[in-house]
Amino acid sequence: MSLFLSYLLPGIPYGCAYALMAVGLVLTYRASGVFNLAFGAQAYVSAVVFSIALHDGWPGWAAFVVAVLLASPAIGLAMERLLFRYTRTAGPLVKLVPALGLLIAIPAVTQMVIGTATRLPSSLVLEPWKVYFHLASTPVSGEELSTTVITVAVVAAFALVLRSSGLGLRMRAVVESPRMAELSGVRSDRTSATAWVLSSLLAGLAGVLLAPLYSTVSASNFTALLVAAIAAAAIGSFTSLPITLIGAIGLGIAQQLLAGYLPSGTILSSGLRPAFPFVVLAVALVAGRTLRQPEAGDPLASCDPPAVAFRAPTRLTEVTVGSRAFTALVVGMLVATTLVLVPGNWEFVFTLGIVLSIVFLSITLLTGMGGQISLGQAAFVGAGAFTAGQLAMHSVPVLGAIVLAGVLAAALGAVVALPALRLGGIAVGLLTLSFALLATNVLFLYPWSGNGATGLTVPRPALGPISFAGNGAFFWLALVFLVVLAGVVKLVQWGTTGQELAALRGSERGSAAVGIDVRRLRVVAFTLSAAIAGIGGALYASLQQSISVNDFNYEFSLIYVVVVAAVGVYSVAGAIEAGILYAVLMQLTSTLPSRYSSLLALVFALAALTYVRHSEGVVAYAKAWVLDRAEQLTRHLQGPGLSLAGEAHIQDRTDRPAVASGDASAEHPGSPTEHPGSPDVHAVPRSHS
Amino acid sequence: MAAALLETAGLTKRFGSVAALFEVSLRLDAGETVGVIGPNGAGKTTLFDCILGVLQPDAGSVWFEGTRIDRLPVFRRSLLGIGRTFQRLELFSGMTPREHLLVTERARGAQGALWKDVLGMGLPTPDEKRQAADLLDLVGLTDVADAPVESLSLGRSRLVELARALVGPPKLLLLDEPSSGLDDAERATLVSVLGRLGRTRDVAVVVVEHDLDLVGALVERLVVLDVGRVIADGPVEAVLADTAVRRAYLGVGR
Repeated sequence: MSLFLSYLLPGIPYGCAYALMAVGLVLTYRASGVFNLAFGAQAYVSAVVFSIALHDGWPGWAAFVVAVLLASPAIGLAMERLLFRYTRTAGPLVKLVPALGLLIAIPAVTQMVIGTATRLPSSLVLEPWKVYFHLASTPVSGEELSTTVITVAVVAAFALVLRSSGLGLRMRAVVESPRMAELSGVRSDRTSATAWVLSSLLAGLAGVLLAPLYSTVSASNFTALLVAAIAAAAIGSFTSLPITLIGAIGLGIAQQLLAGYLPSGTILSSGLRPAFPFVVLAVALVAGRTLRQPEAGDPLASCDPPAVAFRAPTRLTEVTVGSRAFTALVVGMLVATTLVLVPGNWEFVFTLGIVLSIVFLSITLLTGMGGQISLGQAAFVGAGAFTAGQLAMHSVPVLGAIVLAGVLAAALGAVVALPALRLGGIAVGLLTLSFALLATNVLFLYPWSGNGATGLTVPRPALGPISFAGNGAFFWLALVFLVVLAGVVKLVQWGTTGQELAALRGSERGSAAVGIDVRRLRVVAFTLSAAIAGIGGALYASLQQSISVNDFNYEFSLIYVVVVAAVGVYSVAGAIEAGILYAVLMQLTSTLPSRYSSLLALVFALAALTYVRHSEGVVAYAKAWVLDRAEQLTRHLQGPGLSLAGEAHIQDRTDRPAVASGDASAEHPGSPTEHPGSPDVHAVPRSHS
Repeated sequence: MAAALLETAGLTKRFGSVAALFEVSLRLDAGETVGVIGPNGAGKTTLFDCILGVLQPDAGSVWFEGTRIDRLPVFRRSLLGIGRTFQRLELFSGMTPREHLLVTERARGAQGALWKDVLGMGLPTPDEKRQAADLLDLVGLTDVADAPVESLSLGRSRLVELARALVGPPKLLLLDEPSSGLDDAERATLVSVLGRLGRTRDVAVVVVEHDLDLVGALVERLVVLDVGRVIADGPVEAVLADTAVRRAYLGVGR
């Protein structure tokens, strides 16, 4: 019994910190529909500020005020005011990408500006390491005591306020329909801002309370904390605060019990503890009712400008041909210089860029074309890499192993897609994220897969007499793979599957109503995407020649999505640009001092914040800008009397239509003359069926 | 007696304690045009959702051409020949009206095999392109055929949905408040398209509509729903003269 208690009691403080974050998540999700992944980052900032302030000799209360009552709410308020209030009526991806960007950017900025913090010397109120009393002979420390008491008090206070004051009701109204709420006299903006401030406060509190439990104050610890909180929120169906609290504490306890009772020293015991929340999350998502259906939209949504949907503009032929020729020239020159002039290291960098491009193509296909969110691509990349490694060890030719790696990753993708079929939008992203964490913490550690931290060695391939051992030769091989896979993705995009994916991205209900098998389509998208990621991973393995689980950490999945979304998620070209850009910038920033090690991620994360306005990506937007100017110039040079079609397209490609589509008569005052309804209607075309 | 085109038997759907549909039994023959009217919340959209499978009814069955379909997924029912428009638009944002029709043609043909796409065989055929162009012409959207659908007015967006539902063509067309948000010209287009369908009797049409003038011009039979129950079903004039209907819907005759 006392053994059981000695495992159980230390779980409670963890559970309490999860609960604080989870309640914060539920609050913002209720108030603005945003799944604020950046809470992990806010908790981290508060922890760092708190510990540095204490380190500098501030009194505990002052550090607490600055870290929890000022820093975190300020960040939350800024996020709501500057970013998320514009995404209320937007789709899940538009809400997710900036949150992901912030999750990466905030710790990066903190690290650069404030520096890193060491372990906290002290906790709140009570002496942290002092044992206050024994419960069935298990010592209870001040840290555990204060965390538990504070959490239960705070969550109870929140639940009470939400229930008894009008705030809870107003928040629900604002999520249902900000417009309707305003018409009923609710100040939507203020309500949503309040929710963000309150929930950020909780995130900060969680950070400060939890920090002493970890041996280091690192951002990745707080990302793990975040996902545990998501799991707890999922247990509470993203609505009920009491169930969320109980679920979170239960999760913390279950984690400690697992660690205590599983045979020690095995991969399961060391790996399952961090991965456990993800398992719970997966079960809660698949078994629960929450988030399964695509959310009902705002009945007054048409009063707001429609959500940003991107489509490539049609341009003058001269401009199109000119820009294509220019791109071809640049690419050609780049390849030529790479192979002939640049030193060996850059050859490697460009090859890495190509391999990353292949990985990014998998996101273009799944997210850009199909609107499906995957936050677990790193798992498929790793699966491909380790498959290739294992096969190569069993003397399968490396080229064959690379192809087989794609096949295995595809199978894995299909398996992950099946439970995801019942879910919509962001829940699929969370499910894939949980799979990626399971992969990094458990699956990839076994000798038969990734072989833990030791990893595997993968030779460079050979084809008969041709060896790709040199960096130059491997560059060409990778390029061939990229061209083939990019071609496949392009063909899929133009073909029926791609068009159906585009329809699915637009409206799942509409797609089903026109006869598209949405489930099959999603499985196809996940499978093909995983196959491409797997091949990319196998090539990565062969390029690096030595790989380990650290190359495929689940956090890379988040970075991948951010990078591709920042550069351009809708086009094959975007994936390639993202890959090359990432590899080149990685090489350029690799010489910086360690304090600036996250500069690379920061650049892309900040670029991803523009996704709210320019979902086509920074590079694609810049390109469109240049081409617009080129088109105007061309038209100017050619003089008047040009096709009006071109003009119309220029108008069409403004990112937000100036007039909302709510009122037909206001928008088309002259429409009766534009398209007179002719009484003599042509026959309904009958198909040849 | 030959099997009806569509038949619902004892269809019941509850949301909590509210019965949105209660034992709704309807029969519809091929080529028939029926208007469904009733106050807001009478269960009209729920009826459509249960017929197409967006919602699973709590009790009762749905039959299409003699086959029971209430266990089939939405897309299978759609492929049997049921087209639908939505009260709240469900357009494929990011696509043009033409692309809406082309992807629907491809989906209706169930030609979406990945290997065909990779071999470049997944492109629309000239035949499909011509049919899409004809449909766009029919609903008067040719001038915006290649504009992004977001740039269209609400009325023209509804016409895109109508055209999309007409691809195939379907045997049964379910229209959910097709005229709301349409201007006069768009409305005239709607009336002429639907009038044509009614005359040729190729397609059975069920239309949910608040505008009684429009309904009267289009349909021969009227079904009145009130709090989930059918309170009248019959020829237009007879139903409109019915006292119960006038009380429930028109707010007169109390």
